Amino acid sequence: MNHIKIKNNEAIKLAEIPVINYSEFLNFNTALLSKEENHCVQYFGFRKNNLLRLICCMADDNQGIINISSSEISIDNNESYPSFSNIHLAFHCFEREIHENFGLNYTDHPWLKPLRFSFDRFNKNSTITNYPFRQIESEELHEVGVGPIHAGIIEPGHFRFICSGEQILHLEIQLGYQHRGIEKLMISKKKLIERNMLAESIAGDTVIGHSIAYANLWESLCDFKPSEDIQFARTIALEWERIANHTGDLSALCNDIAYQLGGSVFGRLRTPIINTFQMWCGNRLGKSAISPGVNNIPFTNTTAATFSKVMYAFQLDFMEMYDKMSSLPSILARLEKTGIVSKEQSTEIGMVGMSARASNNSRDIRKSHPHDLYHLFNHKPIIKRHGDVYSRTQIRKEEILQSLDYIRNFMDEIPSATEKNMDLNPPAPNMFSLSLVEGWRGEICHCAITDEKGELMLYKIKDPSLHNWLALTLAVRNNEISDFPVCNKSFNLSYCGHDL
Amino acid sequence: MISDIKILYHQGKQYIKDLQNAEVPGIFRGRPVISLAPVDTNKLVELCPSHAISSEPVSIDLGKCLFCGECARVFPEKIIFTKDYKISANSRDDLIINEGVDTPIRLNPNLIRKEISKIFGSSLKLRQVSAGGDNSCEWELGATNNVNFDMERYGIEFVASPRHADAIVITGPITKNMAEPLQACYNAIPDPKIIILVGTDAISGGMFVDSPAIDRAFLDKYNIDLYIPGNPSHPLTIINGLLDLTSKKKQIKKNENF
Repeated sequence: MNHIKIKNNEAIKLAEIPVINYSEFLNFNTALLSKEENHCVQYFGFRKNNLLRLICCMADDNQGIINISSSEISIDNNESYPSFSNIHLAFHCFEREIHENFGLNYTDHPWLKPLRFSFDRFNKNSTITNYPFRQIESEELHEVGVGPIHAGIIEPGHFRFICSGEQILHLEIQLGYQHRGIEKLMISKKKLIERNMLAESIAGDTVIGHSIAYANLWESLCDFKPSEDIQFARTIALEWERIANHTGDLSALCNDIAYQLGGSVFGRLRTPIINTFQMWCGNRLGKSAISPGVNNIPFTNTTAATFSKVMYAFQLDFMEMYDKMSSLPSILARLEKTGIVSKEQSTEIGMVGMSARASNNSRDIRKSHPHDLYHLFNHKPIIKRHGDVYSRTQIRKEEILQSLDYIRNFMDEIPSATEKNMDLNPPAPNMFSLSLVEGWRGEICHCAITDEKGELMLYKIKDPSLHNWLALTLAVRNNEISDFPVCNKSFNLSYCGHDL
Repeated sequence: MISDIKILYHQGKQYIKDLQNAEVPGIFRGRPVISLAPVDTNKLVELCPSHAISSEPVSIDLGKCLFCGECARVFPEKIIFTKDYKISANSRDDLIINEGVDTPIRLNPNLIRKEISKIFGSSLKLRQVSAGGDNSCEWELGATNNVNFDMERYGIEFVASPRHADAIVITGPITKNMAEPLQACYNAIPDPKIIILVGTDAISGGMFVDSPAIDRAFLDKYNIDLYIPGNPSHPLTIINGLLDLTSKKKQIKKNENF
């Protein structure tokens, strides 16, 4: 066997992952990707004595399993290796990270640009001020540089456009400004609560998503089976976070096309949702709600009554506003056929989550690799066909309604809180585990390896934005530069989740 | 047109009328009160993920606190978090809450530069810079502008260009990669200018204080005018902090009218 199959949140011995030679490793994983049901959820490297150990995790959406394979290669003598990305572009971000962190050279990587300028990168001469942008030599085209600081209250990143008049021909996005070294801190901070706080700040708009990935991963390493009330609270919190962010995004989309009524109404509709988080767990964005092994936020009948009331009022006003908005030709003219990502493109670059589903690409962890209580849902991912800004608008509305329905049905049977919390055992030594969560943006993947003492040796984090930033650059091609803000908002990707 | 009016009507009154006395719904972890109850202080100090708790006397540094509430969960007899959201200060030391003390946190009027109230008392333009912020404080700063909180009623608003700004509002622990753009933005703001730190990450570095990927040298160079704690800071904390910093002018104005 050249690989091992695991399920979501299944811990295995690191030694169980077969080590195969690099060309077999390359052939195996690139062949997997030629089938539509497979996609790469994580591919990373780490130093092992004089060698670089590469581990590739390919999810099979039909069977609900993840194929893990690995290889060990020598890189200290400046060797070069053929890249996965030359065969399938979806690997580009992972290989760029490996190249940046360890100096692994590729013979044929199509886009070997710096990824995030991490503090421990291999080539310290590569800095955020000398990023190698694609250059133009035409006198008829011009460049537009935007950022890192943008004209709003958002995170930093640099966008470089090549335009012909008003038309965007090419966009290159340079990230890394938000790099905080979070993966390394996950290892150097030893206490559970410290890591919990770090997981919550991977992306402050996806607090629940990332902290569930962390908690599920940690519990799998400790061989802890969370009780039903823990899973119940996690599932509801994740859907609630989805509703909050999708509503906020609809408001931002309206603002970017100067539709004030929609901007204000959707903006204010987000308030009762996040205030309900406040009532439930003491923080509007769900910080300190999820921890491994315990249920900090028991869901009681009183909580359920609050939720019902908020949902009822929300849905009426939400639908009235959405119906109005989608009936206005001046709105549709801005959203329809703007910023298109085709299904082929989305598969080619390995898009995930809501944006992928808006391009007719059914990627949804809740369906394919269910965690917590999602196996009870028979979840049907919402799919849109056009891949334009309007599809990404519609999908938000439909996912909000779907989440509201799920929570309503779910609240019919609230599991009672467990009497006493069981203590978490320390993680087992020499283990590997992987956790997938469908956050509101898409697939979150956390991955950990423990050493011979059971201490964390490696912690890998992937926010869906890692895959999807490239989608934004493709979406804006041939669009007017004035449509860039609304395209950008329709994806609403995370900078800090990418830069870590 | 009629359906637009219907929508407006259905929203009802959304704005919070009195932002200085509004109550936060549900559980809120605001200013902590530490009792004099004897507890295992070593355990208490050890518990805190961001080393915000010290012993002798037992104190919590709100500039380091992540407001996770773990200390209050384990030692409910020692620490409670009140719903008091007015926790901004203009002196770093005022963010440290000692045991047995239950007094509101207020700005020290002697530390507020005279020109702040004189020039910015009735209009304050802010330029926000996220320097490694996790987008939670950014969301809450954005929320101060929504129809519920509507900070613009006080003439305080966010602007796009630093050249139009009076103050820089920094979130995040300040990453190495953002240090230079942050400095450039600060330099572009005309004098006199104000520096405001929002959120635990910005005030103390939070969980990232010992990360090799951050560079907080910028903060050593300048005087900080306002610290707004929180993880993230609540919009009411932000608005009240800003009002306290600039309110002097409003009182003067009132007197002039009489």
